[in-house]
Amino acid sequence: MGEKRTVGLDLATPGMDASGQPVRVPLGVADPRGEIGDVEGGIGTEHLLLNMGPQHPATHGVLRLVVELDGEVVVRVIPHIGYLHSGFEKLGEYRFYNQIIPLTDRTDYLAPMANNVCLAMGAEKLMGIEITERCKVLRVIACEMSRIISHLVWLGTTAVDLGAFTPFLWTFQERERMYDLQEAWTGARLTTSLTRVGGLMADIPEGFEEGLRKCCKRLPKVLDEAERMLTNSAIWCARTQGIGVLSAEDAINFSMSGPMIRASGVDYDVRKDRPYLDYETYDFEVPIGENGDVYDRYLVRLVEMRQSVRILEQALDRLPDGPINVDDPRVILPPKTAAMNDMESMIFHFKQVMEGVRAPAGEAYVAIENGKGELGTYFVSDGTAKPVRWRIRPPSFINLSALPKMAEGHLIADLIAINASVDIVMGEIDR
Amino acid sequence: MGVKPVGTAPGGDNAIVTQMSPNWITTRLDFLVNWARANSLWPMPFGTACCAIEFMATAASRFDISRFGMERLGYSPRQADVLLCAGRLPFKLAPVIRRIYDQMPQPKWVISMGACASSGGIFDTYAMTQGIDTVVPVDVYVPGCPPRPEGLLYGILLLHKKIKGETMVDKAIREEEVLRRGALRLPPELIDEVSEPFGNSVHQTRSA
Amino acid sequence: MNPSVEALRREFGDKIGRALESCGDTIVYVDVGSAREILGWLKDAPDQEYNYLIDVTAVEYRDPELPLEVVYLLFSLRRKVQLCVKISLPKDAKLEVDSVVPLWQGANWLEREVFDMFGITFREHPDLRRILMWETYSEGYPLRKDFPLRGRLSRAEQVRRALHANPEAHYSLEELSIAEAYNDLPEDMRRRLASGERDEIPEAGGKRTDG
Repeated sequence: MGEKRTVGLDLATPGMDASGQPVRVPLGVADPRGEIGDVEGGIGTEHLLLNMGPQHPATHGVLRLVVELDGEVVVRVIPHIGYLHSGFEKLGEYRFYNQIIPLTDRTDYLAPMANNVCLAMGAEKLMGIEITERCKVLRVIACEMSRIISHLVWLGTTAVDLGAFTPFLWTFQERERMYDLQEAWTGARLTTSLTRVGGLMADIPEGFEEGLRKCCKRLPKVLDEAERMLTNSAIWCARTQGIGVLSAEDAINFSMSGPMIRASGVDYDVRKDRPYLDYETYDFEVPIGENGDVYDRYLVRLVEMRQSVRILEQALDRLPDGPINVDDPRVILPPKTAAMNDMESMIFHFKQVMEGVRAPAGEAYVAIENGKGELGTYFVSDGTAKPVRWRIRPPSFINLSALPKMAEGHLIADLIAINASVDIVMGEIDR
Repeated sequence: MGVKPVGTAPGGDNAIVTQMSPNWITTRLDFLVNWARANSLWPMPFGTACCAIEFMATAASRFDISRFGMERLGYSPRQADVLLCAGRLPFKLAPVIRRIYDQMPQPKWVISMGACASSGGIFDTYAMTQGIDTVVPVDVYVPGCPPRPEGLLYGILLLHKKIKGETMVDKAIREEEVLRRGALRLPPELIDEVSEPFGNSVHQTRSA
Repeated sequence: MNPSVEALRREFGDKIGRALESCGDTIVYVDVGSAREILGWLKDAPDQEYNYLIDVTAVEYRDPELPLEVVYLLFSLRRKVQLCVKISLPKDAKLEVDSVVPLWQGANWLEREVFDMFGITFREHPDLRRILMWETYSEGYPLRKDFPLRGRLSRAEQVRRALHANPEAHYSLEELSIAEAYNDLPEDMRRRLASGERDEIPEAGGKRTDG
């Protein structure tokens, strides 16, 4: 670690001597340096420094937490992020709008379809494109499926973190069924690239509707099972209730969003407050917590999944016929046969592929309610086919920034529960 | 399976041989060692990004990685045989994977899962290593973005095949030079060469 | 146009710059010196109540003549109204604005990210260190337009520098103390920390030639 600092302030590690070797204080003997640690009853204690991550199974990815401990009690947490920084936003400045969509799969890779939708909506707002009715409903289906998939992963991994392995197998089995549908629709399990500016990559395949209806029927039963295992379990309650409490004021002050802010009792859901994709016409409820602890976040997410099922069923009922893409050859690629056979289509095809779609100068911010919270896309355009700035408003990045506040004073074991309750995904945090 | 109970008791009495045979095997030591190593690989999942989700799916109910003796996920490099790098490796993480690799005892193998771990994938940017092989040696590359669980399982089977071809006589296989901090394991020119964009990415970032 | 713009002009006069509308959203430019005061007023004034900070980010345009912009996206949870407040930072002046962390804790990491990616300094930020890139990262500020997509150095040199970073350099009590006491540190130490002095990297290797 280089040489010792020689400034006036004494910031040397208390547990280390001048040569960087650990100092051992015999038990029962007061720390000779006195001022460090609490001296109670003659037993010298000092704060322990613990490093978790960046490769730790309980940090949900390459998150690094530096924890200062007094015994088992967390005095301070300093999260270190950036271990998965891949330069998404920079890369987006070198891509056409449609070429950015594959990048969005890989930001929040637990809910790729919702990310695709958010990006396409941003570009459409910038270009002033009004998408078709069928496309809107299909995008709602994509968003809600993503929310369910994302919450299922959250439920499974959080249960594992708190010592219950079985729900992990249940939720992953259910998720695989959703994945099958997703794969049938988009051709990929995870990197879906579902949307295009002005429409979708593909319409839903045959049998998709029945499959989704079956999923909608089965999912509540799986949730019931998981709930039977967890909701009233004494262990689960002891590990989650009253843990990581965040007040409503703090939640707003920390710019929390999604289940994090709602569990604290703030009624903020982008689907209700700034409706997009006609969400105001769907009948669903937004669950609001009371205590703002880990348990409430768990309950909020469970209810959200059930509400998502309601929305999915309504969307399937109202799914209109019609085109999925806007009728504008400047934005949407002409069908392959047309591009091969008539001159005009070929020119449009060539221009779009080689020059991209130009967006008028200006800027646009759109937000959707993703599983993690408010996912935003902020585009600034200077009139060319590539954005000047592509910004993702990353919900879990901002949610995680309140972790030090939530974890203070709790036990180290609770830190795992609190961190799990934030529902982070490093691809989105580090971008 | 090549393990057969064969043997001849001293004195050549067949009756005794038949009695004793269940307790005797003769086989090549290489075969036995490799058989044991290949079928009980303890993975150290170095999951970073999207591929880690597919790795989780591989480990979970449907694909069930325990069929290959790999369900014991180590999370401690000191009790692991195979480092499974699933996901992107940004420069900030490079010293970490090097440290983990150094901490693993021999024999050890590395699977590079997915396009980003193998070549940097679509992220030809300032922040990403262009393949983990610029930092640690790799035995099996699994293509895909991300690979399907079946693809990962195929990669694991390929590693089995590789392990079964190893021999204990050749000490060079397990020789390892521990690099000091900051040292490169490949010549700089080679790292520059393998990091060059190729295929589609040359055109996509032409303006860059 | 959002009526808050008129209210702002009444309250702050010439501290409010131009206001425009883009894709239905109102953008208002404010004076860099009084940005925090204005944002605080927007947060607390009874008929404004923009109490939710959606995002803090920055924009640099491709035209090198144009100034950098710091963007604050505000939302009123009660009135359900969104407002975009911008600050222009000409490139020939110091890239400095007042931190809004005293108003919104959520701005902490967002401002650190802007600092990391654009090199804009936020005055009175409690803990202004790089957040996504490591602290010894010396190639510059990635999202600036003069920063090449693949970085300034050759790939081999980038790998070498990355491997030189000590994975343990981060978790000393020193660092924990610094995070809180950053502003009490002596000037020279703050400077060295800000420039990312954690681990010395020996000089070697060349610049990238292919751009």
